[in-house]
Parts: sequence; C-alpha cells; structure tokens
Amino acid sequence: MPSFVIDEKCDGCKGGDKTACMYICPNDLMVLEPNEMKAYNQEPDQCWECFSCVKICPTQAIEVRGYADFVPLGSSIMPMLGTEDVMWTCKFRNGTIKRFKFPIRTTPEGSANAYADLKGNDLESGLLSTQEADGYTLPTPQATV
Amino acid sequence: MALPNKPLGELKAVRDPEVEEREVDILIVGGGMAACGSAFEAKKWMDEGQSVLLVDKAAMERSGAVAQGLSAINTYIGGNSPDDYVRMVRNDLMGIVREDLIFDLGCHVDDSVHLFEEWGLPIWKKTEDGKNLDGKKGQKMGTLKSGAQPVRTGKWQIMINGESYKRVVAEAAKLALGEDNILERVFIVELLLDANKENQIAGAVGFSVRENKVFIIKCKTMMVACGGAVNIYQPRSVGEGKGRAWYPVWNSGSTYTMLMRVGAELSMMENRFTPARFKDGYGPVGAWFLLFKAKTLNGLGENFAASDAAKAELEKYAPYGTAAITPTCLRNHLMLFEMKEGRGPIIMDTVTALADLGKTMDKKELKHLEAEAWEDFLDMTCGQANLWCATDTEPEKKNSEVMPTEPYLLGSHSGCCGLWVSGPDYDWVPDSYKIKADNGKVYNRMTTVNGLFTSGDGVGCSGHKFSSGSHAEGRIAAKQMVRYAKDHADFAPALAQSSQELVDMVYKPVRTFLDNQGFSTHVDFNPNYLKPNGMMYRLMKATHEYGGGTATYYLTTSKNLEIIMDLLATMREDCDKLAAGDLHELMRCWEIEHRIWTVESHLRHIQFRKETRYPGFYYQADYPGQDDENWFCFVNSKYDPKSGEWDVFKKDYVQIIPQ
Repeated sequence: MPSFVIDEKCDGCKGGDKTACMYICPNDLMVLEPNEMKAYNQEPDQCWECFSCVKICPTQAIEVRGYADFVPLGSSIMPMLGTEDVMWTCKFRNGTIKRFKFPIRTTPEGSANAYADLKGNDLESGLLSTQEADGYTLPTPQATV
Repeated sequence: MALPNKPLGELKAVRDPEVEEREVDILIVGGGMAACGSAFEAKKWMDEGQSVLLVDKAAMERSGAVAQGLSAINTYIGGNSPDDYVRMVRNDLMGIVREDLIFDLGCHVDDSVHLFEEWGLPIWKKTEDGKNLDGKKGQKMGTLKSGAQPVRTGKWQIMINGESYKRVVAEAAKLALGEDNILERVFIVELLLDANKENQIAGAVGFSVRENKVFIIKCKTMMVACGGAVNIYQPRSVGEGKGRAWYPVWNSGSTYTMLMRVGAELSMMENRFTPARFKDGYGPVGAWFLLFKAKTLNGLGENFAASDAAKAELEKYAPYGTAAITPTCLRNHLMLFEMKEGRGPIIMDTVTALADLGKTMDKKELKHLEAEAWEDFLDMTCGQANLWCATDTEPEKKNSEVMPTEPYLLGSHSGCCGLWVSGPDYDWVPDSYKIKADNGKVYNRMTTVNGLFTSGDGVGCSGHKFSSGSHAEGRIAAKQMVRYAKDHADFAPALAQSSQELVDMVYKPVRTFLDNQGFSTHVDFNPNYLKPNGMMYRLMKATHEYGGGTATYYLTTSKNLEIIMDLLATMREDCDKLAAGDLHELMRCWEIEHRIWTVESHLRHIQFRKETRYPGFYYQADYPGQDDENWFCFVNSKYDPKSGEWDVFKKDYVQIIPQ
C-alpha cells in the first residue's frame, strides 16, 4: 500500500495550519475528509512507500502495509523521526524484531547556512558563488584530443 | 448505496478557476535537487531589482527523486580528476556523451557536496587506521572540505546517512530564495513562447492542486527541472505495487514534454535505464556489490559474470565491454542472457558476502555491518526493507533475487536522455557544442530555445550526475539565467495567447467532465470521456508489448515501432477527451499527456537509430549490435510547434578527453 491512516489516531491535524500528511506527500495522495476530519490515501496504487507521511504525522496515525501484489502480510517497519536520528523498528513476519538508529542531520533544524549575504562578483566567469569566494581555480582538461 | 456518479476527490474542480498572473525575471520550474541548486545560487548573482520565482508540483521538503532519502552520494570527485570522471561516464554510456558538460560538472559538484555537509548532512568518514565512521561519529575527523576522507564504495561514490538529505538541501534552498518567492503545489503544464520574438521563452502556465486557480507566469528566462519519466512502461508489479517504481513515481516526463513542445531540441532520447535491482522491492544493489563485495549467481549457482561465455560476450562490445568497469547496460545484458538461456533467476549472494566479511570482523563490527545493510534500504527504499521483513529475509541467512526493472527515462543517473544544451564558453569546448543566443553570447546549459534552461534529468548526453551533480548543475544554470536576464533587461515578455485561452486549455479536462458527467450512472465509465487512469494503462500496455518493455525482454523491431507510433497518435487524439472531476485528477490528466509525448520521442529516436547501442537497455532486432561506422553520433530531434512536424537527425560527436 501503501500508507494507511489509523482511524482512532488521526485527528485531522486539528488546530494546525495545515494537515501534515497532505502537506508533505510528494505525489499528492494524502487528503483530508473535512466532515470526519480524518485523512486518507486517495490513490494507494500510486504510493511510493516513501514514508514521508508516516514520518511527519504528529499523532503516529499513519503506517504502511506492504503492496498486496507481492508483500506477504504480518510484517511492519516503523520510523520515529527525531531531530538528530531516526529510529526504525522492523518486525518480521516470523516475529523477529530488529531495531536500528541512524543519524539524519548534524545541525539544528532551520540552521542551514544559505549564504544569504554572499554576492558574486564576476558574472562572466564559470565559478559558482561559493567557489569564487573560496578563490577556487577552475580546472581545464589535462589533455585534449 | 448511492450511485457512483459523483467525482471522488476531496478538492472538486470547478468550471471557471481563479486566475493569478505574475511576471518575474527568472522562473525556476521544479523543486528537486537541481531546482534547489538553482534556488540556492540565483540571488547571489541577482541585482536588487531582479525577481525570481520557484514553482514546485509538491512540497520542496520532500519532492523529487531524493524525497525518501539516499544512502550514498554517487558523484564526489575528491582526489580524482574531472578527466577521469569523463572517461568513466563515457565508457558506461557506450562512448557517445557530451564530454564538455561532464567535465564542467566535475569541476563544480564537490562544492555542492561540501555545502550539504555544512548544512548538516551526515557523511561517513574514514579513520586514520582505515575504519568506517558514520556521519555523526565521523564529525570528529573534520569535514570533507577540510581534508577528511570519505568512505568510498566505488571510485566515485561516498556513503552518507541520508534519510533527511532532501530536507536539508531544501531548507537551504528555501532560506536562500525566500518563502515569498516560492509556490508549492502548483503544477506547471505548458511553456509559452514570446508573441513577438522568435524562439524566445516568455512564460509558463499551470494550476494549483490545492485550489481552483490557474497561474500564468511571464518571465525573461526559465529553468525547467521536473525529473525524468516513470510509469511509462508496464511495471513488473501491476496492482498496488506499481507505485513501487524504482525512480519516483511522480516523475511524469514533464521536463521533456514541456520543452519539446516549445521546439527545444532533444538528444539521445533513445537512451533509457532499466536498472537491475532487488526484485519487486527495487532496493539498491550498489552497496551490495561495492561495499559488501557480493556476487550475483545464476539459477545454477554459477558466478556467470566471471564465466568465459560472459567474457566472450563482452568482447563483442569492446572497448566498453572489456573496460575495468563493465557498463551498466552490458551488466544487464549478461543477466538477460542467463535468463533467456533458462539459467535464471539471478540471485544476489548476500549470505556468502557477509560470511566472508565476518571472517575478519569481531561481533560488534559484524552487528554494525548488518545495520549498514539495512540502512542502505531504510534510507532510500523503505519498501524493500519491509519486503525483507515480510519474507523473513535476513541477508546473512537468505539470498535475494535481482531483476532488471521496467524502463525509465532520465538524464542524471545511468542514463543520458534529455535536452540538447549549450556547453560552457571555454576555448577547449568545440563550437558545435556551444549554442549562441540571439545576442551571439553562449549561456551554459541553455537549450536551443532562447532563455530556456534545464538541468538534472533534463540535460541529455551527460549521465552519472546523480543527486549532487544535479544540484551543482542547477546552480550553474541559475548563474547563467541571471546573466541572461541582465543581458536582456529590456526584453518585455509578451504571450501569444490570451489569459482566457490559457485557462480554457489547462481546464479542458474539467470542462469535459462537467459537460458529460450526467450521461452515465458511473463517474468513471462514460463514452464521452476517458479518465487519466485508463489512459495510463493504455500507454503501459502499448509500450510493454511494442516498445521494448519487459514483455519482450526489451526487444523491439521496426514493425513493432510502426504499430506503436499509430497507437500513440490515437492516444494523443484521445487525450483531447481526458476528464477530471477533481484537482488531483486534473494533475493526473496533464501527467499522462506529458508521459505520452515523452514516450513518443523515446520511440522516434529508437526508430531512427539503426543499431543497438545499449544492449541490456533495449534491442532493435532489425539492427542488432553496434554500428560505429554509421551511428557513432548523437541522435537529436526537434518538434516544430508551428507545423506539428518532427525532425529527427544525426549530430556529430566530438571527442575532447583522450582515452
């Protein structure tokens, strides 16, 4: 599947300025049913299983059930996305459980240096702005035919 | 139960949408790695008075091919030379590539990787005694820019902890460009030429997938990077699993179609990519080959790639086949050969690989190695990890099958279809690779349409850019767009079509739906229109059977191509009757239209090139083998928007870097 939404856990992102899963889905699949205030995946066979909605959901209401046409039932993989790491719990069909923790970023969210004040000088050169600032010299081919 | 005669989507489409008109100097269409590169770079070169806008079909935080994350950066030059980078790409793509574009990319790509690390992307490091540290622990070794050593899997790849790769890159892009200069959830569907100046881009039109609104945006110059084309051939999984495409399922060929429809020249559209991946889950195999040193076996348990028969087969494609690294298409070719001879399936021997590595490792190191294997999937192909769980596959105990996928079209990975663009204006770049704009100047990465640029999957003849190279290329294009806009400061874009005409065109599927929906009792079944889902299946069936899909082991013939050309012509006619009841469906209507045109260009190119340049990616049975005497050249094509005619022709290849 595709991602699915657990009825009991989804609150339609009440109070939020946008529904998290609907905001993030790269393929415009997650939608909000405004009367029930619940989200659902409107086109499960176009789901890439990218887990973007699972990772962003503030109430952990979204999970993924493997594609019906080739994935046996009974397994699950669930991420918990923190600010520095992601924790994965991988449950096998036979009950085996594996847990993994991987780093996701080394800086605080929102702190990426956009070099907002950097201005390039030579528009006619082949250098990118940060290369120019570093005094980088563009290589040329060592030999040509 | 109510009759199923109402549109299903939550955001219903209305007959007459709002219209928002804008005018900027620089327009960036797309939000993936390339567009994020452009977003980061543009303002650093812009004057105070210049304006810029980025339009993304999704949300930049998770849009494009890197949405899910990546476990490696496949292009980092480091201590290698751009010259050798050219040699590697040239060999992998069977000799015919744009060496100027590849060399140029090799001069800039590391700068983007250094930025990613500064922004917070964890990059693995080598310790002084040769051990691997993950991106968090590896920080103590310093940054790549300061001389720390990455963990190389191959000569060009470096390992990362890339779950949030796209989030990090998008954050910097958004901060650099400013939220006010970004429109998300707006799908640009058609580019617009200037009403007065011949062959000059002047704007684009699209619509919001969140509200009934059409956007008409005028600009002096534009960069389009909307990825490659996916779900154009029937996938191996046809139910829910067709979402589990190897490349992002939302890449609909928009880059190629929108640019070709304003007359931009395409190049090497015959090239495609059919990656061999873990079967069904399409998890990456690169780390298994390169990091874990695993071998693939045929159904008889033989290491077929090392056999004398395989060597003899590769000899036929010398010098590419006999190079130290076998080209990607030929690796597929050898697998297909085994399968067709009845020696399938192909198995990745993960058990032996991990056992061999375990001989020199202690328990803790082995546990770390197991985590690395899982991370490779969890960082970029979560579905594959779930498939392993569901099938009780622990790679140290159970091997997994490998299978070449359905075909994809792209220009940034191990494929090279796309637009013909200008190289940089350096003295070592041949004149035939430089496109002169109306003012006689050369603008790097500009297409044959004045002011229209592309990058990433959009630039043809120069594969193996991957995520980092696409970002760097977007930056190159951004600087050139600023330069173009300054050189054309007096140009006032004017559209040939009225706003009403553009709205009528974009919302045609909505009108078709509203005009006819009451005729039948089921909203999806009506003789007066076709839903995009049905048209997608029609395209997939045709390409699968006639266009060298998996049905025929990627084989096609002149007669098959003739038949599918007729089918495609009918499809294009029937696209006039596509219907959309809601905004999501309207997006799907335009996507299938884009896919159909892209596929047509792909097959026209295959039809024209009378040889089989990429065995393993596709076979033209009437012209097997390579014919260097007649076909050691690019194939380019141009659709003339005025006459509706296609022209397909040869373009000279010029070697720049010696063997």
